[in-house]
Amino acid sequence: MGAGHAHVLYRDRSSPVHRLPPEVKITAMVVFTVAVVATPREAFWAFGGHAILITLVAALARIGPGWLATRALIEVPFVVFAFALPFLGSGDRVHWLGLELSVDGLYGGWNILAKGTLGVLASLVLAGTTTTRDLLLGLDRLRCPQIVTQIATFMLRYLDVLVGEARRMRIARVSRGDDPRFLWQLRGFAAGIGALFLRAFERGERVYLAMVARGYQGRMPDVRRGAGAAGLRHWLAAATVPLAATGVATAAAVLG
Amino acid sequence: MIGYVDRVPAADVTSADGSVSAGVPSLDVRGLHYSYPDGHVALRGVDLVVPRGGRVALLGPNGAGKTTLVLHLNGILSGGGGTVTVGGLTVTRDRATLAEIRRRVGIVFQDPDDQLFLPTVAEDVAFGPANLGLRGAELESRVTEALDAVGMTEHRDRAPQHLSFGQRRRVAVATVLAMRPEILVLDEPSSNLDPAARRELAAILRRLPVTMLMVTHDLPYALELCDRAVILDAGRIVADGATAELLADAELLARHRLELPYGFDPALAARQLAAHQGGMVR
Repeated sequence: MGAGHAHVLYRDRSSPVHRLPPEVKITAMVVFTVAVVATPREAFWAFGGHAILITLVAALARIGPGWLATRALIEVPFVVFAFALPFLGSGDRVHWLGLELSVDGLYGGWNILAKGTLGVLASLVLAGTTTTRDLLLGLDRLRCPQIVTQIATFMLRYLDVLVGEARRMRIARVSRGDDPRFLWQLRGFAAGIGALFLRAFERGERVYLAMVARGYQGRMPDVRRGAGAAGLRHWLAAATVPLAATGVATAAAVLG
Repeated sequence: MIGYVDRVPAADVTSADGSVSAGVPSLDVRGLHYSYPDGHVALRGVDLVVPRGGRVALLGPNGAGKTTLVLHLNGILSGGGGTVTVGGLTVTRDRATLAEIRRRVGIVFQDPDDQLFLPTVAEDVAFGPANLGLRGAELESRVTEALDAVGMTEHRDRAPQHLSFGQRRRVAVATVLAMRPEILVLDEPSSNLDPAARRELAAILRRLPVTMLMVTHDLPYALELCDRAVILDAGRIVADGATAELLADAELLARHRLELPYGFDPALAARQLAAHQGGMVR
């Protein structure tokens, strides 16, 4: 059976960052990201400040730069556009290595790249120090609508089951001589996706029936919400980073 | 005996004090009919009484209506005519009644992956009793008690998908035991288990002090765990008697698409079982 790895991004370490309650880490990450986004794009030094903050937290959490850098590659498809901007932008132009680049486009590309990277790094530090389970608990404590946390909980639990089913179906298909290497051979794969959807749908119904049979009436009992919730001490500790980032952003805006 | 806590309005219960007296059967099904919305008739008048502490195997071929009957026992399906009464409380559409019925009827579904949907074993076992309103230490003791009963206490903080299939089925049993049911309903408990897991589960089920209705077409398992058996075919109960006697009637079994495993001698197995149980009593 697919004994899956539920913690794809979680780095199992012991650190002050790991021990913080999830809700304060989520809040800190969101506020930090907002501060980064609000920073004027011309203030290059401010982004350096934000980067130092992230580096400090990552070091405190004993997360290596190599791990962060490889995982941050996930942003590449999203920031590809940033590299096109200097060529597509209008207005003043500069010449560099024989290329004619738009000044406005350069700023725009830098803006997307810097803010995107810092945001991804902040999310990675959060994901690396908090289990998926705790993230959901934190969202629940922050009064995130239960429907969202419930859907995510189900996804967490049944992703492995679904992946396992897809794998077994693929093995059964390949065992009967299916070898989809070209686009026009994808018929079996497409039919498999349909069958997988039906299976997931039917399983959803069975899971729901089993929940109803144990007295489920549309709301999850909030058993875990209270235990281990954040105290003032935790909030103050976690507030240092977003406050510093907000300070940097404000200074950058005031100084221009 | 597993404890019996009552939270029903007294008016809904036959006895005035809210408890179920010894004479009231755990399960009393009368004239149950059901047709699916597509017109397929699944149940055509089912009558079944399971006394308190009884152990009954519900046998029948695929498509006989076994699962449909099970889904009627706690009111998930209803409305086709007939009544289901659990420990004196009749299933209605009333919310409070349904909540109590679902506490009293503990259904263990066939696929433990359908039953175990929360990230850890302990959380899943706590789900049922938490729906009953239990919190804190009381909830914790329910979880421990149920996991103890199936020998899974040491795995309480593990994720269900990291357990073996047999362990997951045992946890699924614990999730309903935690609600202290009046009757435990097992849907194909031995399916997909390897022989060792099958035997371990049998040992656990034999020890549980609850009324049990076991839906299966694993006939040796029925013989091992239930002294009485009923055969459901085409939506009707067509036979009801001692499991050993039903299994010895080859013609009856053949008529209802039930078959013993190759080489299995029900008479010999029944004698061995009787000798074994006699030995355990001594």
